[in-house]
Amino acid sequence: MKARIWGCRGSLPTPGPRTLGFGGNTSCVSVELDNDALVVLDAGTGIHELGLRIEPGDSRPIHVCLTHLHLDHLEGLRFFAPLWRPESEIHIWGPPSPVSPLFERIARSFSPPLFPIRLSDVPCSLSFHDVPGGEWQVGPARLLAEPVIHPGPTLGFRVDGGGRTLAYIPDHEPFLGGEHGGRASDWLSGYAVAAEVDVLVHDAQYTADEYASRVGWGHSSIDQTVRYARAAGARRLVLFHHDPLRSDDELAALRDRAAVLWGAGGRPPELAEEGMEIRL
Amino acid sequence: MEQRRPKHLVLILAREFASTLATPMLISDADGNLVFFNEPAGGVLGRSFDEVGELPASRWAELFETEELDGTPVPLARMPAGIALMEARPAHHRFVIKGLDAVRRVISVTAFPLLAHTDDLVGVVAIFWRENTGDPQQT
Repeated sequence: MKARIWGCRGSLPTPGPRTLGFGGNTSCVSVELDNDALVVLDAGTGIHELGLRIEPGDSRPIHVCLTHLHLDHLEGLRFFAPLWRPESEIHIWGPPSPVSPLFERIARSFSPPLFPIRLSDVPCSLSFHDVPGGEWQVGPARLLAEPVIHPGPTLGFRVDGGGRTLAYIPDHEPFLGGEHGGRASDWLSGYAVAAEVDVLVHDAQYTADEYASRVGWGHSSIDQTVRYARAAGARRLVLFHHDPLRSDDELAALRDRAAVLWGAGGRPPELAEEGMEIRL
Repeated sequence: MEQRRPKHLVLILAREFASTLATPMLISDADGNLVFFNEPAGGVLGRSFDEVGELPASRWAELFETEELDGTPVPLARMPAGIALMEARPAHHRFVIKGLDAVRRVISVTAFPLLAHTDDLVGVVAIFWRENTGDPQQT
């Protein structure tokens, strides 16, 4: 299994000299299992570059798994090249809603005045699926989606391929109600997704000081992310969803802080950056 | 590492809510297992959650004795939490509960189902309203 990060910025695309190192595109991670299928986690602006790398003759079904429909996780979908090829087979997976089906919710961003072409006019073979209640199979991989704490219906995904596991929880505020203290891990938001994974890609948008004035916004501080990863038993932590105001230098300082928090034992936390490959 | 099944997010959020609420509140999962009650509810049930812990459905119904105001037993099917669980609808009832401290208290209970989606019951919340009856046995 090979994962590649195409966008790791949170909230807003931030191109420019301050973000050249880690990148300014919003959330998108591809997971290649073999030649049977391609899993794409979120469709932020990073998916644009991914789409350009997928050759027109590539016949693999593409499974785009959306954690939620906030714009920074969806806005690249309209510019995903395979979407505009009749031969493409694309499956969109997303969080169920009691209000309207996934197609209708996504179709809003494919309609005037936001966009000139309607979703129903997209030429590829496109299907929409609410994530199931348990695991499901995509090619050789088992996928699992669980709701996590973030405003609106939001998921975390777990990809299990060949006995190796990757969890992706880019927007998450697991300690919204305060610290868990001695609470058992089965009360941890997203635990079914993150438990004992080889790699956890997780929201780390804020410093502890920033978080204090942003409680309820749906994101984690670096400190919380490290505690969450430890509580879930993740073996490797990749810090994701960088704040749009954070420069490369500031991110590097956060990485150092995360390493201190992580302490001894195992690989210290890493910062997600565009182009980063994770081999499992 | 814990082997218990991870709780549904709705239960996790309900617990967070209950933990910050001054009103006594109890939460069960979709199987009727008692998974949490807050500190104010501990005052009604006669023990704290830390002391009692999670309880299977069969156990907590027998631990907390309940009866109508006239002394006849209240079957589970007529308890608000039982109705919310089995019929997936809200219910309210006034009755007497004998806590684990052996004190009998008149309470009103409002219970409602937690539906993650239209037909996906993930648990039940019960809120207790204690009544001041002047009974010296009530704390």
